[in-house]
Amino acid sequence: MKRFFDTELETFRSDLILMGETSIRQVRDAVKALVEGDVSLADRVIAADDEIDLLEVKIDEGAMRYMNLRAPVATELRLVIVGMKASHDLERVGDECTTIAKRAVRLAAEPPLKPYIDIPRMAGIAIEMLRDALDCFLNGDTEKALAVVRRDSEVDAINKQLYRELSSYMIENPATTTRALELMFISKSIERIADHACNIAEEMVFLAKAQDIRHREELKKGPVV
Amino acid sequence: METPAAPAKFSVNLPAGSPDVPGTANTLIDIRNFDFFYGAKQALFDINLKLDDKRVTAFIGPSGCGKSTLLRCLNRMNDLIDGTRITRGDISIRDVDIYGRDVDAIELRKRVGMVFQKSNPFPKSIYENITYGLRIQGVNNKARLDEVVEKSLRGAALWDEVKDRLHESGLGLSGGQQQRLCIARTIAVEPEVILMDEPCSALDPIATAKVEELIHELKKQFTIIIVTHSMQQAARCSDKTAFFYMGKLIEYDDTRTIFMNPGNPQTEAYVSGRFG
Repeated sequence: MKRFFDTELETFRSDLILMGETSIRQVRDAVKALVEGDVSLADRVIAADDEIDLLEVKIDEGAMRYMNLRAPVATELRLVIVGMKASHDLERVGDECTTIAKRAVRLAAEPPLKPYIDIPRMAGIAIEMLRDALDCFLNGDTEKALAVVRRDSEVDAINKQLYRELSSYMIENPATTTRALELMFISKSIERIADHACNIAEEMVFLAKAQDIRHREELKKGPVV
Repeated sequence: METPAAPAKFSVNLPAGSPDVPGTANTLIDIRNFDFFYGAKQALFDINLKLDDKRVTAFIGPSGCGKSTLLRCLNRMNDLIDGTRITRGDISIRDVDIYGRDVDAIELRKRVGMVFQKSNPFPKSIYENITYGLRIQGVNNKARLDEVVEKSLRGAALWDEVKDRLHESGLGLSGGQQQRLCIARTIAVEPEVILMDEPCSALDPIATAKVEELIHELKKQFTIIIVTHSMQQAARCSDKTAFFYMGKLIEYDDTRTIFMNPGNPQTEAYVSGRFG
């Protein structure tokens, strides 16, 4: 049965999807700005963070209003709870993109330390993880959500490898320290973006199945029942 | 759906008596394959339900779904209606078939008390309302009756409000106080089970909150079955919830499951207010 306040939930859902799409665009643009040394694009990424922040506030307000006035239960309650948590994760993704963009601006002023191969590869995986986590929101595919969680180790491995490589640059040539540290922090930001994608995927499992798989490795192997 | 229990390090400490405190409960009332008719019309279809001792169970469902009918079967109130019949199944309390030939319905109703939608104090004093059940059982010792009056009124969270006017009419109390007086009258005869048929539907939010607090306290001593149309009341007060539709039991589970992740789409639609 349709209810007169159904449009509030539809708006809530579409705001969350918009926030997810905006966050993915920000990750892509921030890394592109780094790789291409595009300061103008980096500035646009920094400015666009406000869009994400506003969406987080709007989603929180919508969730609090819905819980307060519509007394949701079951799937609706899980949607509202998960929406608030996922929007917080997406807001943090946006913050990491701002960090990457600011460092990209600084790195653009200097010659590249090395060809950017691993960072775009990491970012590509993180973007796929975010995309898959958001797909789970649309279609409730918990197997895909669990695959996102399992993929986190790929990003962690590249991050560690990059740390080792950049450390050796600094040891061999201390003049590279500033640039190497910037790249380490960028790598860490992308690793955190992947962590947020995992959080969102775990939240989507809760949305679909009411099962909390956080910190429970045995459940992350799946399948979710 | 059974959600695997979280490991101990992530479990949340809940207050004793909270519906979410895990623990095993014994079955007090066992309803098996129960069919019930009003004349030619079948009101209950093959009900199978085990109700836990010292727990609150909520019966929910749209009007006419059979929840009040089943409630009234638990103390044989339906015996008083012409044309009712049970064609199959049985109900046992502590393994005794309550429709057995040697069971006295009056005795049964002492063990299974009832509180109705509309408070119905007798047109007598508060004191006499409480002692009525005991007097007809032949208890006349004043000290004993005084003791029961105080204990019952305290049990119903009404003592402080009425202790100075015990001999005034029960009809002079507010609606919420009258309902608690009826609960006190019910617990005065020390039943095992209290049936509540929409006990708060005529009460304001403050009186409702007092009755709900009372339910939470009373379940330490009594098994409570409550019929309610308020989903929030079922969620707040009950440990288990049974959802009925068109005379059938659709789903029965822990209340937290019914309101967080019901297994049946009809249950979800009903508790979400999207039925029909």
